[in-house]
Amino acid sequence: MTDIRSNGEMVLEGVAEPSFSDFFQLLKPRVMSLVIFTAFVGMIAAPVHLPPVASFTAILFIALGAGASGALNMWWDADIDAKMKRTARRPIPAGLIAPGEALGLGMALSVASVIMLWLSTNLVAAGLLAFTIFFYVVVYSIGLKRLTPQNIVIGGAAGAFPPMVGWAAMTGSVSVEAFLMFALIFMWTPPHFWALALFMKEDYSNAGVPMLTVTHGRKSTRRHILVYTVLLAPVALALAFTPIGGPIYLATSVVMNLGFLAGAWRIVRRDEAMAEADRYKIEKQVFSFSLLYLFAQFGALAAEAALHGLGYGAL
Amino acid sequence: MTFRPEHEIYRRRLSRNVGVGVALGAFVLLSFLLTVEKVTHGDPMHAIEGKGAVNPDGTPITAQPLIKDGN
Repeated sequence: MTDIRSNGEMVLEGVAEPSFSDFFQLLKPRVMSLVIFTAFVGMIAAPVHLPPVASFTAILFIALGAGASGALNMWWDADIDAKMKRTARRPIPAGLIAPGEALGLGMALSVASVIMLWLSTNLVAAGLLAFTIFFYVVVYSIGLKRLTPQNIVIGGAAGAFPPMVGWAAMTGSVSVEAFLMFALIFMWTPPHFWALALFMKEDYSNAGVPMLTVTHGRKSTRRHILVYTVLLAPVALALAFTPIGGPIYLATSVVMNLGFLAGAWRIVRRDEAMAEADRYKIEKQVFSFSLLYLFAQFGALAAEAALHGLGYGAL
Repeated sequence: MTFRPEHEIYRRRLSRNVGVGVALGAFVLLSFLLTVEKVTHGDPMHAIEGKGAVNPDGTPITAQPLIKDGN
């Protein structure tokens, strides 16, 4: 951090000087993009709308709140991040940013995002955002992640809140539509992450994180993926019959859920020998498909919102 | 006369300073625009009683007395 000139030479000491993009990486931009997308859909699907600057401010600070919780998560998990290939290049384990700086940034952004969401929208949305940050950092990262193999099931709630926060920002309340959007992401998260855990096989055991693959074995994880995918389907389809759903969403949801169920069925029929033989091809395909699944479901809700805006009704 | 090449540390420091500057500038601009929008769209804070205060539909805000005469 310090540069000293001695006999015309420059000496550099301490951790590397972090650039702006290093701090940006602390906010988990890929997760933030998903938060922006789902919160945006929650906002446009709502029956009432705010003026444009307030709407933009709301989505910006929902995203920054998510980023803040990402920074706090990286601060707390720096030790296990360093042990996992997938996370070893994050700014703290890579030595680019000191843990205290991540903590400071995360705390400051958390407070600022909650206050700005309150000022631009309402107290319900701000309270939900504050609870989301608390849930992700304290309940999931500090509490559950290192304790129970159900970490991803319960912790998945944190990632499921953004559309509900978006909806609350517009309406000032939470309704059955907002709850179903929450439930969709909540039920989607476990099979999505367990598919990842199947082919990132060394990472979680090296770090001592009690992922289902580590505690209950890979065969059990494959069964869990199928069970959660089966439970996910009715939740996803139910949204079609609410005021924010419609024929486009229903058609998309049927296709996507059949695809996800087929993938989960292929996963459960395989054993480790088969997976090793083709280098976890099916597991990787299902993981990629799960990302497409969520994008398509919320994209269809956005399309329905646009159609409703043009005067076409729900189912 | 020789020029030492600029060390990467200065490039990183500059990127951070510019980034923070732009972020703060954007925050100030956003706060200003939000204030303008809230005032023009009849936010409740607009209803602070005073001469010339109007409802969003343009009708004057009339203060309700807390204690009625004779009570």
